Amino acid sequence: MRIDHELAKRWIAPNSRILDLGCGDGSLLAHMQESLGVSGYGLELDGDKINEGIAKGLNIIEQDLNDGLARFADNSFDTVVMAQALQAVKSPDTLLLDMLRVGREAVITFPNFAHWQNRLHLGLKGLMPVSEALPYEWYNTPNIHLCTFKDFEKLCADNNIRIVNRFAVTDSNSRFQAGRHPLMTALVRRAPNLLADVAIYRVTLQD
Amino acid sequence: MSAHPELTDPKFNDSVGIVTPETLHFDTPLTLECNRTLPAFDLVVETYGTPNADMSNAVLICHALSGSHHAAGYHSVEDKKPGWWDTMIGPGKPIDTNHYYVVCLNNIGSCHGSTGPTTPNPDSATGAPYGPDFPLITIKDWVTTQVMLADRLGIQVWHAIVGGSMGGMQALQWSVDYPDRLQRCVIIASTPKLSAQNIAFNEVARQSILSDPDFKNGYYLEAGTYPRRGLILARMVGHITYLTEDAMKSKFGRDLKSGKFMYGYDVEFQVESYLRYQGERFSENFDANTYLLMTKALDYFDPTRGYFDDDSLSDIEALKATLAHTQCQFLVVSFTTDWRFAPERSQELVDALMANAKPVSYVNVDAPHGHDSFLFDIPRYMNAVRGFMNAPFLAQSRVAVPPDSQAQPCPTQQERQQTAKPPQSETAPVTDRSQGADL
Repeated sequence: MRIDHELAKRWIAPNSRILDLGCGDGSLLAHMQESLGVSGYGLELDGDKINEGIAKGLNIIEQDLNDGLARFADNSFDTVVMAQALQAVKSPDTLLLDMLRVGREAVITFPNFAHWQNRLHLGLKGLMPVSEALPYEWYNTPNIHLCTFKDFEKLCADNNIRIVNRFAVTDSNSRFQAGRHPLMTALVRRAPNLLADVAIYRVTLQD
Repeated sequence: MSAHPELTDPKFNDSVGIVTPETLHFDTPLTLECNRTLPAFDLVVETYGTPNADMSNAVLICHALSGSHHAAGYHSVEDKKPGWWDTMIGPGKPIDTNHYYVVCLNNIGSCHGSTGPTTPNPDSATGAPYGPDFPLITIKDWVTTQVMLADRLGIQVWHAIVGGSMGGMQALQWSVDYPDRLQRCVIIASTPKLSAQNIAFNEVARQSILSDPDFKNGYYLEAGTYPRRGLILARMVGHITYLTEDAMKSKFGRDLKSGKFMYGYDVEFQVESYLRYQGERFSENFDANTYLLMTKALDYFDPTRGYFDDDSLSDIEALKATLAHTQCQFLVVSFTTDWRFAPERSQELVDALMANAKPVSYVNVDAPHGHDSFLFDIPRYMNAVRGFMNAPFLAQSRVAVPPDSQAQPCPTQQERQQTAKPPQSETAPVTDRSQGADL
């Protein structure tokens, strides 16, 4: 079971209206429809993935996230979901605010650029980090706006965006496997910006 | 198909094979939108595949301006070309005749056998054809006749109604006028209404026919003439709008037929030769009055008419209000290079459906063929239609709740408490992925 699927169960209200940005083949949307009875749309740009979503019976709209969400009215959705796409759009700040215009809440996941492995890569090797979470070279990466957890939280603070929940994870496939140890779990909790490589945030606009 | 020894030609391999059209007569008077009445009419129909016991696998194909009932297969072993949408319809094709019972008809007002300007006018003592006395037909009228056809065939709910260009308009009109009689609506390379530019091109086409001295006010069949030049010109103009600048450039460039300038007005450039050939071929198989009627049906199309004629509503609001009662699942397809009915027109439709929280998917296929792309075998396009046709019918997709409705799902009590709390980020659980997965 994917972690974003599990979090969806926790943070997304049954029968709510969902917009999934960069929905890929629609597996998260399908999961939410089946387990939570949500309705809504997935936006995707990759033609083959769109077709996979359509074949699942989902509502998939071909759209470039860089074109913004102007086609959607204010408060059209309960939750706007975006998994691993924030770092790849041209204007993450504008899109984030647009997500909170069309939806009451946003659930966002993105890779943490300040993960210790990335720091080692850049700090010691002097090379742009390449890892499981960030498998690209600097010249061909779609991830043009990488940020750290701290960066993201600063962006939220600057824009009156309230963080409702935050869930940071370490890669369970890490060769150290230390995350499984209770001590490591405690350490990750204390220093997520150093030790966790992916975070899932649930945010809303400050009242 | 292999049971027929004559069907050994490889062209029959993924085809419905030899098909025979059938003429169905309707003698119920049909009052049209223009307030005139047809006392009776014929529809020429082709069907492919086998209906199931409750006819729930029936698919209606709506044709475009120059199309006909002959959408797939061949009329004879010698036939060189299959039906106009053979890329889409057949065994194993996106509209799979192994699973679906596919119905395609020739619309009234057309010239391929159904009642229209070339068929006898019952009011004429001499049995002369209707000619220009055939009433103007609208998309809505066609849908009315298609409903009568469905009733005749015993089809209560179509599995899908599919159309490209003008055919997509009929599919859209069905979803508005008869929302409970189709489950899926596939609208390809179409538009919720024509733009001023679209109407302008149609008007040039009409004027070329109307100004041909051989048109004889439309009574050319009786006069023994034919407005061939007018029809050729009309088709040439139309054809330009179906293609793209890039497609013409790669196909013809500035190539000359004889390699040098002739300093005259005969055909010199290859593109001129092509257009004239297309126009001439078309003029041999089409009827001028039908062309006029078809272009007017296009111009008149506006599904909001009769539902929301209130001028205080913007076009977008009117379309949104019109689509509010649709019940089917939509697939809208546009093509990036189509400038006749550009992707933006399809997106207007998609946006109006989404504003109503209706189930809709949309693909904008990158294809070089302009408006004509909808007739081509483009894998992404074909797979989108195939997937949509066979997709499970998710209950949630059908009962979407409008965003401004009272019935909008509210956050649960627990949710509200959670969101009312101060930021929890500092105390939020932080763990590794494997633990997260066990939540």
